[in-house]
Amino acid sequence: MNMNGPRLTRREFTAVLGGIVISFSLAPKVVLAQNPARLPGSLETNRTLDAWLRVNADGSVTVFTGKVELGQGILTALAQIAAEELDVPLVRISMVSGDTGRTPNEGQTAGSQSIEQSGTALRMAGAEVRAILINLAAKKLGVLADLLKVNDGVILAPDGRKVAYGELAAQADLKREATAKVSPKPAAQHKIVGKSVPRIDIPGKVTGAAAFVQDLRLPGMLHGRIVRPPRYGARLESFDEATVKAMPGVIAVVRDGSFLGVVARREEQAINARLMLMEFAKWSSGPLLPDPSKLYEQLLSLRSEDRVISEKDAPLPAGADMIEATYHRPYQAHAAIAPSCALAEFKDGKLTVWTHSQGVYPLRATMAKALDMQPRDIRCIHAEGAGCYGHNGADDVAFDAAMLARAVSGRPVRLQWMRDDEFKWEPYGPAMTMKLKGAVAGGRVVDWSFDVWSQSHNMRPGDPDGINLLGSWYLAAAKRPGPARHAPQPNGGGDRNAITLYDFPRQRTTHHLIMENPVRTSALRTLGAYANVFSIESFIDELAAAAGIDPVAFRLAHIRDERERAVIEAVAKAAAWKPGESYQKGNGRRGRGIGYARYKTVATYTAVIAEVEVNRTTGIVKVPRIWAAVDAGQIINPDGLINQIEGGVIQSMSWTLHEQVRFERNGILSEDWMNYPILTMPEAPRVETVLINRPNERALGAGEAAQGPTAAAIANAFAAATGQRIRELPLTPERVKQALASPLIGKPLIKIRYPIDTASDVVERSL
Amino acid sequence: MAISLRVNGVTRSVDAEPDTPLLYVLRNDLELNGAKYGCALTQCGACTVLVNGAARRSCVTPAGSIEGNEVTTLEGLGTLDKLHPLQKAFIDEQAAQCGYCIGGMIMTAADLLKRNPQPREADVRAALADNLCRCGTHNRIIRAVLRAAQNMRGQ
Repeated sequence: MNMNGPRLTRREFTAVLGGIVISFSLAPKVVLAQNPARLPGSLETNRTLDAWLRVNADGSVTVFTGKVELGQGILTALAQIAAEELDVPLVRISMVSGDTGRTPNEGQTAGSQSIEQSGTALRMAGAEVRAILINLAAKKLGVLADLLKVNDGVILAPDGRKVAYGELAAQADLKREATAKVSPKPAAQHKIVGKSVPRIDIPGKVTGAAAFVQDLRLPGMLHGRIVRPPRYGARLESFDEATVKAMPGVIAVVRDGSFLGVVARREEQAINARLMLMEFAKWSSGPLLPDPSKLYEQLLSLRSEDRVISEKDAPLPAGADMIEATYHRPYQAHAAIAPSCALAEFKDGKLTVWTHSQGVYPLRATMAKALDMQPRDIRCIHAEGAGCYGHNGADDVAFDAAMLARAVSGRPVRLQWMRDDEFKWEPYGPAMTMKLKGAVAGGRVVDWSFDVWSQSHNMRPGDPDGINLLGSWYLAAAKRPGPARHAPQPNGGGDRNAITLYDFPRQRTTHHLIMENPVRTSALRTLGAYANVFSIESFIDELAAAAGIDPVAFRLAHIRDERERAVIEAVAKAAAWKPGESYQKGNGRRGRGIGYARYKTVATYTAVIAEVEVNRTTGIVKVPRIWAAVDAGQIINPDGLINQIEGGVIQSMSWTLHEQVRFERNGILSEDWMNYPILTMPEAPRVETVLINRPNERALGAGEAAQGPTAAAIANAFAAATGQRIRELPLTPERVKQALASPLIGKPLIKIRYPIDTASDVVERSL
Repeated sequence: MAISLRVNGVTRSVDAEPDTPLLYVLRNDLELNGAKYGCALTQCGACTVLVNGAARRSCVTPAGSIEGNEVTTLEGLGTLDKLHPLQKAFIDEQAAQCGYCIGGMIMTAADLLKRNPQPREADVRAALADNLCRCGTHNRIIRAVLRAAQNMRGQ
């Protein structure tokens, strides 16, 4: 393995901007102007007011955002922010999001950053536009601006005269650069922000409105389907074109190298034609996958780029006991309920794609390269897909649909992947290995080291050196994906949340970025944070046990930050945690555990306590109750925040108990919900969420805050219940039974007494 | 080939092969969005509709096999102006994140409440055991069904 020191190349510097990977061709020119003032949030990269807000003659306001709805309720939250600053009722706000023809470029909707980036831009732009309108009204009415008030989009003078926003719309010049010099409202004056406003999209979704890209229909629209190889890298040798072309409704069979698809008049005809193509297509074999029984050994043997990302070097006291343990997390799928879908139309040399991509601008740039087109000839428009938990098939299917649409030029093609396309070809959350070492003395952690091995967590479109679109890798003129890259802290990639939050005087954290991709991976919700927090917080419990201290008290003893302390204390209070309870093994069936993290080490604080019930005969772990305490700074929409936390808790529980992509050397085996089961309705825990509002602090995202702490809380509860620790996810019945049957599996691997200057000091024993 | 279907109280004629899954006829020919494609394997429940009041997976139901039967989709249950108690309860509980599974959840729940107007929480969980939600909205969905049951009894 290489041991390369940190380097900051120009390319990586570009990647740093707002945590968004953008290619050079997309870097907004205005940034390059002579020393422009630094503007807050996404105003920095989209600097004119009319890029964000338009006041219409009827008094309504159109809000433009580069962030998109993924099921997280972001458009409602952003509408609240704009309505608040403008003093306009929510019903008069309409949202336009993620459209390369109309909205700001805010890169990807990812990393729980939409409130910070787009929300901040809208807050500042809203305050400034309100001031512009008030100044216009002041001139019109001949009254000092300071004397005017705004109520529901109507500006009122002390003498009772009024001017509505709509009347000023034509004169308001918003084609100007934002100054960010108008202060937004203080939290105490908020009437809309901070309220549990109902989501704007739910009424339509419960009554069958066209809410999703799958529901879009254009006149003359055709239906497409794609045929994928039996495994990664296999090449198409032959297929039966004549038979398929003669099938009812088939309009075109599209082949380019090993890219194979079909377009038909009706959807079921396209599906039947796909089956026929699959039946007779012959493929070369392609490279073998790793041996699943030796997965982690094999991953650790691949080439990696290693970086020490954090180091503190306090001296080590004599007489400390070191323990060591290794944890694993398998490949895990996004597994959205809807397979990915796109609608594409190719007309007069221009391509329009309706897509549920998380980043319409990066997608456009990469599609242009893949299709040998100019970005200006492509328009990508966001339309919702099913819940998006990271980089799924959305971008890939957009490219596939474009390929098919180009073959039937002039007629739109809607393409939805089949269930097995999605499961077998989406980029998974990477398998990871975490090795931890720690030492306690006098009830304190005196040494800590953390090593994480992972493939890339970011193989999204937008890479400057590669084309990260699945279908393009199979064209006759095959494109290549970009290389794995380190992402700088605090966002990180596989090393997200790898640096311990605790105040340990001596610590070392190393990220081993695996440069090869034996299984396709990219961003899954939280990136590396889920597995890193699972392992760190499990190991903290192991150290607490070594020190003989209650896990809650042990954590609090290593925390300085008041906000960190507050969430841990809040969750312990909500769950009525009793000091020392985790040592009470009871009947070996029931226990509780805690997990804590501050997401990305700089964002939302979340502490979780889980209660588990272990069936020692079947090996089934049930989680009847979970408590969560959250500090996401200023709360925009309390109910929306609770919904995000509950969702994160339940999805993490599903990952932790059930989920691993199954494969063999010849290909991926997880192709439907039977061989990739997820948490079902009867299994769902009761979730109690405590919110800590900080109205004067920065608003933080919460979509990824709960997953790591939840996994650790469940694993720690299992250890508390049984005295055994499982360090490899998920906690399947087989692993549980194995753990319960084997007296040694739950013990740390090695215990060493410092100083370790002679071999005789190394002893193996169990705690 | 023409198939005659009765959907949401209206007789509709559709030019499709009789073995066409009902799902595609509803979505593409009749332009009804409520039933969703999720797996076409009867595993996820997103495509659930009512046939003569009973929940049915439209992804594997040949359209030709249900001529003469009464099909109800999410759109037939209620509208924005006249919400069904289940639809209202899902809004009141904010029981959706992405909402892709919600149509199937509501239709399966409609079947449950018809058979069992006073379900216990465990009954709701069991009835929805084969309807998958990926966003983690489980508890809100359960609460919404229980709330709808209560409101329907009160009417």
